[in-house]
Amino acid sequence: MKNLEDLEKKINSELATKINNTEIKHNQLYIETDKEDFIDVAIFLKTNQDTKFRQLIDITVVDYPEQNQRFEVVYLFLSHEFNQRLIVKYLIAENEVIPSLTSIFPSANWMEREVFDMYGVSFKDHPDLRRILTDYGFEGHPLRKDFPLTGHSEVRYSEDQKKVISEPVKLEQNYRNFDYESPWEGTKYIKEEIDSNDKKN
Amino acid sequence: MTKKIKNLNLNFGPQHPAAHGVLRLILELDGEVVEKADPHIGLLHRGTEKLIENKTYMQAVPYFDRLDYVAPMNQEHAFALAIEKILKIDVPIRAQYIRVIFCEIGRILSHILNVTTQALDVGALTPSLWGFEERETLMTFYERASGSRLHANYFRAGGVHQDLPKGLEEDIAKFCETFPKIINDLESLLTDNRIFKQRNVDIGLVTKEDALDYSFSGVMIRGSGVPWDLRKSQPYDCYESLDFKIPVGKNGDCYDRYLCRIEEMKESVSIIKQCLSKMEKGPIKSLDGKISPPPKAEIKQSMEALIHHFKLFTEGYRVPKDEIYTAVEAPKGEFGVYLISDGSSKPYKCKIRAPGFSHLQSMDYLIKGHMLADVPAVLGSLDIVFGEVDR
Repeated sequence: MKNLEDLEKKINSELATKINNTEIKHNQLYIETDKEDFIDVAIFLKTNQDTKFRQLIDITVVDYPEQNQRFEVVYLFLSHEFNQRLIVKYLIAENEVIPSLTSIFPSANWMEREVFDMYGVSFKDHPDLRRILTDYGFEGHPLRKDFPLTGHSEVRYSEDQKKVISEPVKLEQNYRNFDYESPWEGTKYIKEEIDSNDKKN
Repeated sequence: MTKKIKNLNLNFGPQHPAAHGVLRLILELDGEVVEKADPHIGLLHRGTEKLIENKTYMQAVPYFDRLDYVAPMNQEHAFALAIEKILKIDVPIRAQYIRVIFCEIGRILSHILNVTTQALDVGALTPSLWGFEERETLMTFYERASGSRLHANYFRAGGVHQDLPKGLEEDIAKFCETFPKIINDLESLLTDNRIFKQRNVDIGLVTKEDALDYSFSGVMIRGSGVPWDLRKSQPYDCYESLDFKIPVGKNGDCYDRYLCRIEEMKESVSIIKQCLSKMEKGPIKSLDGKISPPPKAEIKQSMEALIHHFKLFTEGYRVPKDEIYTAVEAPKGEFGVYLISDGSSKPYKCKIRAPGFSHLQSMDYLIKGHMLADVPAVLGSLDIVFGEVDR
């Protein structure tokens, strides 16, 4: 498809039942779907002659701890042919297992491992789901909002035991999170944003 | 008598000079042929994304220098663009030129490092000695503009931190005159060198299809014959008004990628020259006092400037609720920032898409069936820097 509007129409008509919402923003198309339909959507996007999203740019998760469906899984796609970017998202609950994209996009392998490492989201049919960025034997999932910035354990070399040991974090001073937020008026667009938020509440 | 032969497992790194940092590569060898490669990464993981979530937008900029630390400003660029797009602020034209100049300097910095260390990995010492001298000159330019050779912290949403000091433009122009000769010297050592060619031609072949499947970008995809460069296809800042070519490889092997990098350096020099000739005096950052801090002199006179300064360096500026993915053509490939703002002065989430991550992932596919001695050659041509792979 030459432009994003046509692409949006095409996707909405071809995948009508599988798409919950579409939006064009910042010259990118945002699509919301469901966990069950996602693989079909991905195959369509990759193989269809009018979309040709041949490249998976990244996979990530956004954590909203206060929501029932806590994690939003985000996939970024790129079509070289039509020079378009597309973002597919769906919400899942904390312990849900989601389908792996590795059979369709081989590059999803490490991206899914990273998501698993950082957020603890498990993938079904992933060939090699191990931690990737954190240390061997690491516990917890660092990018979750409830994981403290300072972490739980620290490592050091112990002279007595002659090896690297891991102990609970001991800080001389607790981590201080200064809250400077004030009703300081921002520029116009921020005022509008605050106003519209106030109206909603 | 028959003997059972077992494959040998070999640990390559994490302390190996040809691993380009802290890569632990577990190789399964059958004789000298690599059967399987399993890269273990994360030894340089610093939790950049988590730290950014706890910092204001301005405080988050230095973390980007520490990703791909051989081309720091290119990363800052992606982050600055993301914020600018959400805030819908325009960047003054002089700032755009300054940013492009320093991004291209970053590209040259990164390519010199890569080309010469790749040569070092396959046995040529001299190129790195010649190349690093030029890198030093370039880092002096970084220092004169930002105060720091490596971790610049120079780009801001809405422009750059400060104007170029007197004389820097002329010195960069002078460098542009002398540098092409250095590239030619490097080429005379490498391009037709028999050993260099034997070690690189037809090694680490990537087909077009596989380059797409493995999410390759930058030189890795151009080396395989896909003419894709974000500076051309999705231009940002003033790249649209500049005239430059995109070198594309033919065979997709290590040698073609080397040639692409050499050509790109020449193009970068031409881009810098164009910017220098087009640049005029003018503001170097957004004039919106709620986003850019006021000049020091003004703080002494104006109450408003003092308040702005105080608010910007304590609370920081607020960014309305939005989400965006912006990418720039970093020297190593597509470097992207997926930013989610929630209306406060700190990012809610900032996912960093590093090109090296997907390139390194393909190591197993690239090296399977090659000899052990080809591992450093392939690794060198992938252009891996662990700052960005591990984040």
